Amino acid sequence: MTAFILRRSLQSVFVLFVMSLLVFIGVNLVGNPVDMLINPEADQAEIERVIRDLGLDRPVTEQYWYFLVNAFQGDLGKSFVFGEPALKLIIQRMPATFELALFSLLIAIVFGIPLGIYAGLKPNSKISKTIMAGSILGFSMPTFWVGIILIMFFAVHLGWLPSTGRGELGTFLGVTSSIFTLDGLSHIFLPAFNLALFKLSSVIRLARAGTREIILQDYIKFARAKGLSESRVINVHLLKNILIPIVTVIGLEFGSLIAFSTVTETVFAWPGMGKLIIEAIYNLDRPIVVAYLMIIVFIFVTLNLVVDITYSFLDPRVRIKGEA
Amino acid sequence: MKLRHLVTSSIAAIGISFAANAAELRVGLHSEPSSIDPHYHNLGPNNAFGTHIFSHLVGSDENQQHYPDLAESWKPINDTTWEFKLRKNVKWHDGSPFTADDVMFTVERAQNVPNSPSSFVTYLKGKTFEKVDSHTIHIKTSKPYPLMPNDMTTVKIVSAKAAKGASTEDYNSGKAAIGTGPYKFVEWVPGDRIVLERNPDYFGTQAKYDRVTFKPIKAGPARISALLAGDVDLIDSVPPLDVARLKQEDGVTLSSGPSNRVIYLHMDQFRENSPHITAKDGSPIKNPLMDVRVRKAISMAINRDAIVARVMEGVAVPAGQLLPAGFHGVSNKMKPMKYDPDGAKKLLADAGYGDGFKMTIHGPNDRYINDAKIAEAIAQMMNRIGIEASVETMTKAVYFGRASRGGPNKSPEFSFMLLGWGAGSGEASSPLKALLHTYDKSKGMGAANRGRHSDPKVDALVQKALATVDSDARGKLLAEATEIAVGENFGVIPLHYQVNTWASKKGSSYQPRTDERTIVMGLN
Repeated sequence: MTAFILRRSLQSVFVLFVMSLLVFIGVNLVGNPVDMLINPEADQAEIERVIRDLGLDRPVTEQYWYFLVNAFQGDLGKSFVFGEPALKLIIQRMPATFELALFSLLIAIVFGIPLGIYAGLKPNSKISKTIMAGSILGFSMPTFWVGIILIMFFAVHLGWLPSTGRGELGTFLGVTSSIFTLDGLSHIFLPAFNLALFKLSSVIRLARAGTREIILQDYIKFARAKGLSESRVINVHLLKNILIPIVTVIGLEFGSLIAFSTVTETVFAWPGMGKLIIEAIYNLDRPIVVAYLMIIVFIFVTLNLVVDITYSFLDPRVRIKGEA
Repeated sequence: MKLRHLVTSSIAAIGISFAANAAELRVGLHSEPSSIDPHYHNLGPNNAFGTHIFSHLVGSDENQQHYPDLAESWKPINDTTWEFKLRKNVKWHDGSPFTADDVMFTVERAQNVPNSPSSFVTYLKGKTFEKVDSHTIHIKTSKPYPLMPNDMTTVKIVSAKAAKGASTEDYNSGKAAIGTGPYKFVEWVPGDRIVLERNPDYFGTQAKYDRVTFKPIKAGPARISALLAGDVDLIDSVPPLDVARLKQEDGVTLSSGPSNRVIYLHMDQFRENSPHITAKDGSPIKNPLMDVRVRKAISMAINRDAIVARVMEGVAVPAGQLLPAGFHGVSNKMKPMKYDPDGAKKLLADAGYGDGFKMTIHGPNDRYINDAKIAEAIAQMMNRIGIEASVETMTKAVYFGRASRGGPNKSPEFSFMLLGWGAGSGEASSPLKALLHTYDKSKGMGAANRGRHSDPKVDALVQKALATVDSDARGKLLAEATEIAVGENFGVIPLHYQVNTWASKKGSSYQPRTDERTIVMGLN
């Protein structure tokens, strides 16, 4: 067992290493950060000073070596723009992004499953057709555009919800988040809905397909024959069975919610990681780009590792293979 | 039903609570400052924002004219010494008094901020500061230096007591963010908001708002929506396309004014074989842009009025030199070049390029207002006089590096490029020195001269102007240098001055600033 974990950990370290190499070389191929940072009125001497200070006069291999040495000490470099540790800046903004992603997941589930089941139960009704047409739109409309339309309608035209930013923070059970205040909720709703739209559409489609399939199964017929109420048939027998694929897909794609949040965060000026990374890319703030990608890779690698280890507990064959 | 009612009324209540507090101002900013430390990053958004908290020795108003700020008065007392008399009875935000020691400390600190991605050394080097008494400072230079007041509009004075040993992080957290400005720092949540409150002890005109919140909203449509939705009271950088639409909105006041930023063309004038220019059949030719007649023909072929009307939606001013009228050192004689495609063709033929040639216009696509569209319009106008021009635009992050140092031996890579220049010091010496003086690393001249234009006459005039303390005489020298460098040599071809637009809630209006800064003291 120990050998297996060790082997997997080493593999993960290797993946991280290869990734860091690719990312580092990738960002160093594009543009020159000095031109984004320096005041245009600066003279040649000042430009050279900045190039030197940022270490940009060194060969990429040497820069990479410094990066590796520091990375092993938990230092992923200082942001060119903010002059603060990149890791700190990213972690500072992580809660806002996770809060947004989780809230949109909630919206996708709470609205998606009932709508999908309804469309599956009554596939020919007008409402079901509207739901399904809506889900196609949800899939195909660009997030940026939808975001602007949502703002125009709900914030500008109707004036119901704020158009921009994150609301007041509240603390509940030791967790600080803007979803614990009314102001925070009113701020998060539009961006979360914007971000959720794509997921919502997939949940609707999955729930509908599952419902259509399962409603024909023998055990549903049997449940009805037994004289169970329709609500019990749906809420217990049907729901339990359609949930399996939905949970799998949602779980797998939680990462993509965080990735997609860059667009939503930009439109709604949501102070999360996505906005930070987009601006870092525009400004060639290389340390932030590298650190962000390293963190994401780290999260995925760790998750995979945990999954693999769990598997090895559940399925001895994996372990045996590992030890062979 | 009840629940819905409750939710709507609570949301309405939030709306009312915002509206009731009239002394609160919320500003939607295009660019967030990268730090609260006024000496960390010498760049537009930081310099603009810092003005709320900190003061300068010399103030710079909306037209970049000087006014007494922390210095009551200043004058040259001999050829190489300027005397600055400091204002008395000024209190820092922490209550301690402002003295010459703070200035001495500031000068030292501003040149030595660790990790600064662009420092204030540019404005401070070669100057020796001396404290004469508690409220008098002498600044000495080795040669006569007329731009001393201009340079003193750039460096923000910090408190020696609060900033001693303070790092940039200490400013960002607010620990060291002690200034003498009209507003006090409250908090900065990066990416989300910066909050300021009124400084009741400010030495100048009292600030209008008890509390000011800056919200960075990068996307243009989102910024406009935030204003229309009433979530912010003032926004900057209104895109020209939206100006016409916003004019029809009842609740919005638009404030526009020309900036100190000229959009211009720079042309390769130092390579016999320019990399992006060939004959029409693709064979190499001698760089035609070396010939002043070709450069003049190009200027004549550009219909500036059409660019302003069509590409810029009327929100720009055609340019004939490097700065709009009203700035120090501009020429009264120079007008925008008249559009004359036939004359241009004739001139091209005289220069031996009657058949035209082929070239690539390079430009950024996310730096200046409508930059890529301007480049495309120029290309069409070039095609009309027989120059087969194609356009290549790229993101600024890639563009400027290549335009400055992309070629062999770190030379400029492009042959014909679209650029812009904002005169930070507010006078003509800024663009002349950077764009048209011969590129000279040792003297720090021509740092942004990407066409490597070089004319000893211009160099001599610019250098003489930079050593002439008498304001009128200097202005004449600068005007003369502009007339030669732009009017005769066509070292650069000016296109238009950018016009910036702010939008605010009805009942208030923003005093447009030529330096493009958003400073809430300008909201009336």
